[in-house]
Amino acid sequence: MKRLSWFNVTSLTLGFAFLYLPMVLLVIYSFNASKLVTVWAGFSPRWYGELMQNEAFLDAALVTLKVAVASSTLATILGTMAAYVLVRGGRFMGRTLFSGMIYAPLVMPEVITGLSLLLLFIGIGMDRGVLTIVLAHTTFSMCYVSVVVSSRLMTFDRSLEEAALDLGSSPWTAFRLITLPIIAPAVISGWLLAFTLSLDDLVIASFVSGPSSTTLPIKIFSAVRLGVSPEINALSTLMIGIVTIGVIIASLISKRNSLRAQNDAQAAERATG
Amino acid sequence: MRRFALIAVPYLWLLFLFLVPFLIVFKISLSDLALAIPPYAPTFKDGIAEMLRQFDFENFVFLTVDDLYWKAYLSSLQIAFFSTLITLMVGYPMAYGMARAPEEWRATLMMLVILPFWTSFLIRVYAWIGILSNDGFLNQLLMWIGLINEPLTILNTNIAVYIGIVYTYLPFMILPIYAALDRLDESLNEAAEDLGCSRMQAFWLVTIPLSKNGIIAGCFLVFIPALGEFVIPSLLGGSGTLMIGKILFEEFFNNRDWPVASAVAVVLLLILIIPIVLFQRNQQRQAEAEQ
Repeated sequence: MKRLSWFNVTSLTLGFAFLYLPMVLLVIYSFNASKLVTVWAGFSPRWYGELMQNEAFLDAALVTLKVAVASSTLATILGTMAAYVLVRGGRFMGRTLFSGMIYAPLVMPEVITGLSLLLLFIGIGMDRGVLTIVLAHTTFSMCYVSVVVSSRLMTFDRSLEEAALDLGSSPWTAFRLITLPIIAPAVISGWLLAFTLSLDDLVIASFVSGPSSTTLPIKIFSAVRLGVSPEINALSTLMIGIVTIGVIIASLISKRNSLRAQNDAQAAERATG
Repeated sequence: MRRFALIAVPYLWLLFLFLVPFLIVFKISLSDLALAIPPYAPTFKDGIAEMLRQFDFENFVFLTVDDLYWKAYLSSLQIAFFSTLITLMVGYPMAYGMARAPEEWRATLMMLVILPFWTSFLIRVYAWIGILSNDGFLNQLLMWIGLINEPLTILNTNIAVYIGIVYTYLPFMILPIYAALDRLDESLNEAAEDLGCSRMQAFWLVTIPLSKNGIIAGCFLVFIPALGEFVIPSLLGGSGTLMIGKILFEEFFNNRDWPVASAVAVVLLLILIIPIVLFQRNQQRQAEAEQ
C-alpha cells in the first residue's frame, strides 16, 4: 500500500492550483459587469452579448473552424497512410528521409515552419488565404497523427491481418475490415489532436494567412496585445468550456469502452471455462 | 502499384511542403536584400550557376556583427535553460505525488494534467496578463496582505516570461516523469530502506536514477519548444526581452528583411540540432530498454 505523505498532498494541491487558478480567474472575471478587468463590479453576462455582436470575431471563428475541419481530416488521412507505411511498409528507397520528415516537424520551432511555408507559397506565386493555412496545418498535424497511429499499429497483433490475407481477401479489404476497426481509436484521437492543433495555431497562421483569412487566434492576439479586455475573457471562457466538455465526454466514452471490453473478456472466460 | 501510391502520397506531400520550403529558407539566407517584392535576390529564374555565384554569407556575418542577434540567441538559451530547470522542480513533485496517489484517483489526476494541453495556448498565456499586470490580481493580493505598498512590475519583464513558460509547458514535464515513476517497482525502495537507507536516501539513490529517462525526456520536451518560443515573450515579455523567435518574427514582418530573417532561422535550427539529437538518442535507448 502506497501512502501519500503530506509532502505529496501539498505538491499536488499547489501544483494543480497553479495550473488551474489562472483559468478560473479568467472565467470568473468574464462575468464582471465593469469594463475594468481586474475590479469586480457585480455579475453580468454583458460581455457575452457584446461578443455575439462582434462580427469580426464571428467571421474569424468561422474561418478557424473551416480550416480546422479541413486540415484535420486531410492530416488524418495522410498521417494514417504515413504511419502504415512506416510500420508495415517494409524497406523502400528513402525510408530514413521519410521517417525524418515525419519526426522533424514535431520539434521544429513554429516560427521556422511558418517562415519556410510562406516563402514557398510566395515562390510558387500562390495567393495567401484559407487554402494556404489548410496546407500548412495539414503538413504539421499529419506528423502528430502518424505518431499516434503508428504507436497503435506497432502494438497490434499482425496475425489477424495475415489470417484475412490467407483467407483470400485483398490487402485493401484486409485493411478496411481488420486493421481500420482496430486502429480506429488512435485514428480518432489523431483527428482530435490535429483539430485542436489547428484551432490553436497562431504563429504559422500569421505567416501564411492573407488579409481575407484572419483566424481566431490571430484576431485574439492582435486584441490581446493592447491589454486585457472583458470581451476576450468571455471568448476564452467559451473556448475553455467547449474543450472541458469535449475532454470529459471523450474520457467517459473511453471509460465505458474499456469497461465493456472488460465485461466481454469476463463473459468469454466464463463461456470457455 | 497500390503500395507505391500509399508511399508516394504522404512522401511527396512532406517533400514539397516540408523539405522544399526549408531549402528555400536556406537559399534566401544566402541571398542579398533587394527592394522588390518579394524583397530578396536572386530568384530561381537566373539559373543555378548564376544563383550560386551570387550566394554569400553576408547575412550570417551580419548576425555576428550586430550584437542584437547573438545576445538574443544567448538570452533565449538562458531563458529556455532556467525555465526548464524550474519546470522540473515544479513538475517532479507533482508527478511523484500522482504516482503515489491511490489507484482510483490516477485517471482523474492524469486528465487534470492533460486538460490544459487541449485548451488554447494563447488563452493560457493571456490569462497571466490579468494576474501579473500592475493593477493585476497578484499585486492586489500582495498589497491587501500588506506585503508590499507599491505594485511590483512583473508583466513585461523576463520574470513574466519564465512564469509563462513554466505554466504552459508544465504538462510536458509531468507526463514523461509520471510514466517513468508509475512503472517503478515500489519494493526496490522498501529493499533500500530495509538495508538501512533513510527514506530521503532511498529517494535519491533509487527513485531519481530510475526515473532518469522520464526526467531527460521531460526536460527536452520543455527546452526545445521554449527556445524558439514567440507567443510568450511577445505577450508577457517587455522590450528588453530578447528571444530569437520574437526577433525572427519582427525581422520578417516589421523590417521586411527576409534574408536576415532566414539566416536567423538557419542558425536557430543549427542550435536546436544538438538537443534534438540528444533527445532522439534518449528515446531510442528507452525503447530498446523496454524491448
